[in-house]
This record gives sequence, C-alpha cells and structure tokens, in this order.
Amino acid sequence: MSLFDDGVKALQEKLHRKEISVSDLVSYSFKRISEVDDKVQAFLTLDEEKALQKAKELDAKLTAGETRGMLFGMPIGVKDNIVTQGLRTTCASKILDNFDPIYDATVVNKLHSAETVTVGKLNMDEFAMGSSNENSGFKPVRNPWNIDHVPGGSSGGSAASVAAGEVLFSLGSDTGGSIRQPASFCGVVGLKPTYGRVSRFGLVAFASSLDQIGPITRNVEDNAYLLQAIAGIDPMDSTSANIEVPNFSEALTGDVKGLRIAVPKEYLGEGVTEEVRASVLKSLSILEKLGATWEEVSLPHSKYALAAYYLLSSSEASANLARFDGVRYGYRTENPENLLELYKKTRAEGFGDEVKRRIMLGTFALSSGYYDAYYKKAQKVRTLIKQDFEQVFENYDVIIGPTTPTPAFKLGEKVDDPLTMYANDILTIPVNLAGVPGISVPCGLSNDGLPLGLQIIGKHFDESTIYRVAHAFEQETDHHKQKPVL
Amino acid sequence: MTRISSDQVKHVANLARLQLSEEETESFRNQLEAMITFAEQLNELDTDGVEPTSHVLDMKNVMREDVAKQGLPQAEVMKNAPDHQDGYIKVPPIMTED
Repeated sequence: MSLFDDGVKALQEKLHRKEISVSDLVSYSFKRISEVDDKVQAFLTLDEEKALQKAKELDAKLTAGETRGMLFGMPIGVKDNIVTQGLRTTCASKILDNFDPIYDATVVNKLHSAETVTVGKLNMDEFAMGSSNENSGFKPVRNPWNIDHVPGGSSGGSAASVAAGEVLFSLGSDTGGSIRQPASFCGVVGLKPTYGRVSRFGLVAFASSLDQIGPITRNVEDNAYLLQAIAGIDPMDSTSANIEVPNFSEALTGDVKGLRIAVPKEYLGEGVTEEVRASVLKSLSILEKLGATWEEVSLPHSKYALAAYYLLSSSEASANLARFDGVRYGYRTENPENLLELYKKTRAEGFGDEVKRRIMLGTFALSSGYYDAYYKKAQKVRTLIKQDFEQVFENYDVIIGPTTPTPAFKLGEKVDDPLTMYANDILTIPVNLAGVPGISVPCGLSNDGLPLGLQIIGKHFDESTIYRVAHAFEQETDHHKQKPVL
Repeated sequence: MTRISSDQVKHVANLARLQLSEEETESFRNQLEAMITFAEQLNELDTDGVEPTSHVLDMKNVMREDVAKQGLPQAEVMKNAPDHQDGYIKVPPIMTED
C-alpha cells in the first residue's frame, strides 16, 4: 500500500480530517525515493530541505484553517527541462550541468499558486530528444515494472516516478509523444494538451511548433485537476491561446452514451503487435457497452508523419539549441583559442550523440539549396496530416488507438538504430503535428507483465471530452490500480 | 551509393558550430544519408498547391503594449556566465592574427 494510492480528492479529505499532514505526504515522497530511486533513477536533483520547509508552512495554514485549493500540499516532480528558480535545471545535458535558473517557468509559478510541493527535478532524454531515456546525459531511467526495460521517453523520469510511487504526480513535456509514450510504458495517465493550452514560458525549447507541457498522474481525475492548475493564456508566451479554460473535472460524468469513436485503420496496422491490437479492441468493447459507438476510419497520411516530424522537429531544434554556445550560461570548453573554437568545442563536448544527430539533420534541412526540398516539403505534408484529423473530427468526437505499437522494449535494444527507435513514436507524432490533444490511459498488461496504453485523441481545445471518455473507461476497469512491485 | 559527401557533413557541422572528429564525420555521414533517404518518402506525395503549416493555431502577430518593464538584475544574470568582469561577459578573441 502506498499513501499515493489515494487520489487528490481522498488525500484532501484526509488532510481536512487531520489524518495526515502535508509533512507526512512530503516525507513519504522522500522516503520512497530513498528506497527505490537507486533502481529507477527517475530523479536528477532533489529539493528536500526546501520541500520539507514548505510542507511545514502549508501545515501551519492547514491548522489555521485557511482556504485551500484542490492541489494543496500535493508532492510533485517536475521534468528537468522546465526551469525552477534556484533549483538546478539541466535538461539531462552536460552542457547545463550546473545551470541555476534565475526565474520560474509559468507552470511552476502556477504550481506555487496551487500550493503543491516540488520534490525535485526529473530525468529525461537530453533536451527531450529520445523515446527510451537512454539519451540522458547522466543516467538512464528504468521502467518500474521491469528494470531491464526502458520507461519510454523523453519524459521517462516523469512517468517512472509516478508509477514507482515516488511522487503523487508530475509534469512532463510532449513534442512527438514524450508524455504519452512513457505514460503508456509505465502504466500511468499522461495527457498532451492542445498546442497553446499551457504556457511554455520557461520550458527549454526543443521544437517550438510542437512542444507542450502536460500532466502525468495515477488516474484521470487527478490529471484533470493538474491540467486545471497549469492551463491558460500567458502574456509571457505569445503562442498560448486566448481560449477559455473549462472546468475539466465537470467532464468526469462517466457518461459516454452516443459518443462517436473513430478508429484509424493505420493505428492497428503494420508494426502493432497482436496483444496491443487485442487490448485496444477489448477497450473499445467496454466503451461500446457504455453506449458509445465506434467505426473504422482512415488517416491516410499517417505513414508520412514520422519523416515530416523528424525534418520539422530537428530543424526547429537546430535553431533553438543555437543558444547553448558556452557564452552566457552552461558549460564552456577549456582554453579555446578564439570565439569560433569556443562555440565548436563547447557544443562538441557538451551535447550527446542524439542531440548532435538532430542538430546536424536540422541544419542540413534548413541549409541553402535543401530548404524547399526538405523543410518546406515537410511543412506541406504537415498540412495534409492536419487535414486528415479535421476531416475525421467532422463526424466523430474522439479518435482511439494504441499509444505505442509495442510494450516497453529492453534497454540497449534499439539504441544503436535511430530509425527503429524513432518508429516507436509513429502513433503519437501525428497528434503533435496536428496540434490536437491526446491522452494515454492504462488498458492492460502484456504477456510479459508490461503495461499497455490506450490513446484517446480529441479536437482542438476539447480536453474535456478526452477526460470524459478516459474517466468512463477507467471506472469500468482496474488497470490503473495495478502497480509495479519494486 | 554515396549521396552525402564528407565535405558536405563538414560544411553542415561548421554551420551548426559543432566540432567533429574524422570518425564522427564518417558516422554522421552514414546517419544523415539514412535519414535523408527515409525523409525522401515524402516525395511520394503531391503537395502542389498545399499551403505549408508552420503553426497549428489560427493566430498571428500577437502584440503587447510597448511598455518598459524592470528586467532581471544584472548580478543574477551573471550568475550562470562562465566568465565575466565588471558586468560584462568575457569571451576569447573574436579575431585571430591569421
């Protein structure tokens, strides 16, 4: 049994009845980390002293009977590409090994307002580039269900820490599946919000037209509460959308009668294992029993999403990562002869192989003579992929398929073959290209005892319907209650 | 067939300000070639007349009032700089004699 088996709502009631204190919750988090993080390796930096101090302050408020929000006192982990003032933020890269941010990301400010307690910073693939967490510049995260397997990536630490019960919930970021894929591999709930729903101010940019911050939790209800706390327009992020944020928990009615589900045939096709396919079909039959209907549809340009994504995201990354030059912050090479050498050696020594690979691809695709053939072509294909989704959403409320073609693979299995590794994200990438929201919820275990995830995709800014479907499904199953034994 | 030469890789690495060893140059040449070949499947699609998408939301030119605001304190900003003096960030010579 874990204290965090209770969701947010039950924990708030326990706090209210004085059965537990915020200090109990936060101490529990650190105790669990000290017990299992040697194995899981989900954390890069802990903030124990400050977190325990904050817990004491919150307990004083509790005693004084001050009004509290839904997330009051909840221990949270934050992905290490989200800047936290005075708390080391590395993006799991050697180039930012000792980076000490001088301001908080907007989502971190919002967490302060919601009075959560930040426990520490979570491991990831370097600069969020990867699908297995093996690209961390420090240490690989391991899957709590089987530590020989990867947790997924790039928000591997965010998903693994929640699955291992080290924190109640966490924030991740998703550029091509980096929240949903690790959530699927680790048996937790992960949402990529609509592009523009959550401010990215203070999120270290990877691919600016795709990146979104989102919540990773143990159940759908908690996910809705956490998104509620971080969503909304922000004057500091001109790509955050001026669209009203609904009360997401109101969508958790359990009612999916009359809901129209589209199931793209491309999402159950080649490369998707039989047990993954079977788990999705079984999930659909559960939703059917609840009164939803489903039909097969086509997203005809899906097979081109991967190529378009790697050109676009790498191009944007090559521009975004130009700022890591050893001048204003981060690592600097020793004794460079001149400025050019400073740049080149700093970046050669500071970045890992995958980051260099993507910078090279992106720089190539943007370079003179190749721009139209690669970058612009990919942007046009992106339009076709976006239109695929728009057409399906004219007649359906949600799109459902697997989150990943297979359960978590073993460490080392794909690390030497970038294209095979990239193919793991084939079902999540189109969602980012279209900018629509998507969630992964647990939908069973593989024959090897590894979690499988169901992906539910919604219309732009319709996270509410996603939550409604995910919640109704969750209430009918107990997949989310299964926990790894560490 | 070699489609990307070592010189091209070196040119791209220079644009990207990445110093590569000979070994890395060859390894990146192979990888770039594989990725570019993979990416060329996009040419199967006819995209004549298709508008490129750079951003999925229908918004442009988000403006704010041009009002001066307090910036970050200089001492704070310098905190992460590898080398600085008198409020300036220091770098090695930009130009060399040859």
